[in-house]
Amino acid sequence: MDIFLQQVINGLVQGSLYALVALGYTMVYGIIELVNFAHGEVVMVGALVGLSVIERMAARGETGWGVIALGILVAIPSCMALGLGIERIAYRPLRKAPRLAPLISAIGVSIALQQLAALIWGRNYLHYPEVLANPQFHLGGAVITQVQLVILATTGILMAVMWVVVQKTALGRAMRASAQNPAVAGLMGVNVDRIIASTFLMGSGLAAVAGVLVGTYYGVGNHTMGFMLGLKAFTAAVLGGIGSLGGAMLGGLLLGVIENLGAGYLGALTNGTIGSNYSDVFAFLMLIAVLIFRPSGLMGERGSEKV
Amino acid sequence: MKSKVLIALLLIACAAALPFATDALLGRSWVRLLDFALLYAMLALGLNIVVGYAGLLDLGYVAFYAVGAYLYAMLASPHIGMHWPIWTLLPMGALLAASFGAVLGAPTLGLRGDYLAIVTMGFGEIIRIFLRNLSLTNGPAGIDLIDPIQIGGFSFGASHSLLGWDLPGIYSYYFLFLGLTGVIVLISNRLADSRIGRAWAAIREDEIAAKSMGLNTRHLKLLAFAMGAAFGGVSGVLFAGFQGFISPESFTMGESVMILCMVVLGGMGHVSGVIMGALLLAILPEAFRPLSQLQQATFGQVWLDPANLRMLLFALALIIVMILRPEGLWPSPVRRRELHEDDDASPFAASTPGHSQ
Amino acid sequence: MSALPQGQGAQSILLEAQNITKRFGGLSALDQIHLSIPQGSIYGLIGPNGAGKTTLFNVLTGIYQPDSGVFKLDGVPMKGTPDQICAAGIARTFQNIRLFGSMTALENVMVGRHLRTHSGLFGAILRLPSQRAEERNMMLRAQELLDFVGIGQHANQVARQLPYGDQRRLEIARALATDPKLLALDEPAAGMNDTETATLGQLLQKIQAKGITILLIEHDVKLVMGLCDRVAVLEYGRLIAEGIPATVQRDPRVIAAYLGAEIEASSEGGSG
Repeated sequence: MDIFLQQVINGLVQGSLYALVALGYTMVYGIIELVNFAHGEVVMVGALVGLSVIERMAARGETGWGVIALGILVAIPSCMALGLGIERIAYRPLRKAPRLAPLISAIGVSIALQQLAALIWGRNYLHYPEVLANPQFHLGGAVITQVQLVILATTGILMAVMWVVVQKTALGRAMRASAQNPAVAGLMGVNVDRIIASTFLMGSGLAAVAGVLVGTYYGVGNHTMGFMLGLKAFTAAVLGGIGSLGGAMLGGLLLGVIENLGAGYLGALTNGTIGSNYSDVFAFLMLIAVLIFRPSGLMGERGSEKV
Repeated sequence: MKSKVLIALLLIACAAALPFATDALLGRSWVRLLDFALLYAMLALGLNIVVGYAGLLDLGYVAFYAVGAYLYAMLASPHIGMHWPIWTLLPMGALLAASFGAVLGAPTLGLRGDYLAIVTMGFGEIIRIFLRNLSLTNGPAGIDLIDPIQIGGFSFGASHSLLGWDLPGIYSYYFLFLGLTGVIVLISNRLADSRIGRAWAAIREDEIAAKSMGLNTRHLKLLAFAMGAAFGGVSGVLFAGFQGFISPESFTMGESVMILCMVVLGGMGHVSGVIMGALLLAILPEAFRPLSQLQQATFGQVWLDPANLRMLLFALALIIVMILRPEGLWPSPVRRRELHEDDDASPFAASTPGHSQ
Repeated sequence: MSALPQGQGAQSILLEAQNITKRFGGLSALDQIHLSIPQGSIYGLIGPNGAGKTTLFNVLTGIYQPDSGVFKLDGVPMKGTPDQICAAGIARTFQNIRLFGSMTALENVMVGRHLRTHSGLFGAILRLPSQRAEERNMMLRAQELLDFVGIGQHANQVARQLPYGDQRRLEIARALATDPKLLALDEPAAGMNDTETATLGQLLQKIQAKGITILLIEHDVKLVMGLCDRVAVLEYGRLIAEGIPATVQRDPRVIAAYLGAEIEASSEGGSG
């Protein structure tokens, strides 16, 4: 039971990070029906920008959550600018092009970002400086750390804010309208280009926060960290139902929990033959399974194409 | 008609003379590079069938390359102790790769383009992870001492004398690869200009209309996928025999992306363009190598290392090509038409809807 | 007037739709539709915009699956993917013209022949004599069809560059290439002027004379009333009238659905 609770806690924390990133995927897909392959890399940039800031502060002897917060505050506009740039340069010109073109462009962006990050930060795994005393608390038979609590709180607040924005504000209404039917939304006076840009902006902002939190939680940053993280977050988005915000949140949490329970038990069950090096395979297989058996996800609608 | 034959003969003569000229002007290592370039040309032609003809984005194509390579490596080396001949292993490699393609494709080819891309990417990675972790494939160390390719008594790896000159294996391999590339070119062209090729083009343009005209799109996509995979497998077998050792690190996603770049940059769906793209991208990075030496000499350190820049440039090439010239550098006239819909539409034509998947 | 012989007793029914219902979310796009299309007839499907005509087409051709109900072609229940249904004998054109734009007219029709031909990978790669003969036949047949619909001279022109009316006819030729029993046309006369519409009408009669049954969605009331043997009227997903054109024209519910003006105007000056 202790293992179970511990894995659930770890799963929820990891899952909430997935959820944050998944929101970016799902919002963009909802509006322009494109998988933003580069989104994972935006998270990575957030993590590494945050790393640089925190490193600088740590060198000066600063510690505490303020340092992390500063890292986030610098990462956010950086990632937002990046997201906007990507949309404007690599996606917008291809909106009317045959399906294959924006896809290929997206792959290109993803890899270009990885390589640029490698040029700036190098190819080694970078250490997130220890600026936090990380006290632990006991919950049931399990342990939960301060970092984990902060992550849960932060992601919870952000998700709530996103929910309110999308459901209750004019911007959110315009987003939902554009997702449903961009042509009509345009006729109703919605500046669809601007809405799409806003979507990228918000997604990238969330990605920045997620990036710094991931770096803080796991203690490392690297130019390749966006790949798997992005893939898992995308899996979460699809699992929950691509295009659905609630789905992305649910999918993220679910995926995190499943992954941690799986890792915890699978290793024990198979006596280590299926170890952690196969955890990536597991994530891929989950994605493939969801796409084949339930492509609309848990909360998505079964849509039919208009002919 | 006569001019076509003349051009063809000219091309063949140039191709035959190329390794000798390269050797004389640039040295042996460049001839070896030519051999690799031809391997990539075969790979690119295989991917061209999937991406260029059928319009399916496969981001994990390198998996089929790996399947072929590892098959040959395991059955023609001291690894298990088997030493099967090339004329068994080459078709086996093609068949095995095609089966992998069918197994991957059967459940997934109905997915939307984006999803298919991700799934194939995942597949490519899964194969690599398994190769790196299974003891059967010798894990990260890879397999060594692979038999060179032999037909009859003729070993392609050994030196042979021709007209008094001593020609090392890289020459023999060059002509072998050249010949096989020619076969693949022939097959590609015949496929394109056939009932199947037309069906692929129809699916690429408008899948729903194609289905409504009775085309079994599932089946046709699977066919393209398996064919492309088969070519990948063939290249893999040749690669293993040629290089003599293989490891999982030869089969990364970066390789898949590079092959995609060759197809896209060269000219999606156009055999000549694709070959040009392959040769270009296989050779250019080498051509830039002197740059780092130059920088070392002048500045004392290397500011921009071409090796690191390679992937970056490929990625940027993908983006720029898609935005500015999606049909590639050397497209077929049909493809140029397809990708510039708005340019030559008849003023009376109703707008054809966006290509849906 | 149509070419259907009058006074023919029990006509065989080619297509029978029973109780077809299709919902999208809470909306009933089709509500318990019954339809019986006699073999060899030209059958009209009319109704205001949004009535569900194209939805019915999409159900009939397998693009949507009905939520309930079944339809039978020649007594055989039809269910499946669009390609299976096309193989069984239903071919269609689209409201928004879905040609293979960058292929030539001839190639478009040749794709239509794909269904009824077989050469595969090996035939293509090895260029077997049987494959080459089949290719020749496909080309000949395609040219025949292009001539039949009246655009034979455009065979090697890129489809997207053809004038609008010719594109519509090309789509029909392509559908005919599949050797259908039922040809389903979705607003083939849309955007055409009177002359073009009259020519289209003649083409449809030519097709009917070959024994092919035609199901026609159209807004051009004159065309429908003059050409069709029977007409069904949809409104909000429901069948509100069915019968011979003269009767349907006078049905008060139909008049109400169209707000009267169009139908009365055409019945003044139209053919009897």
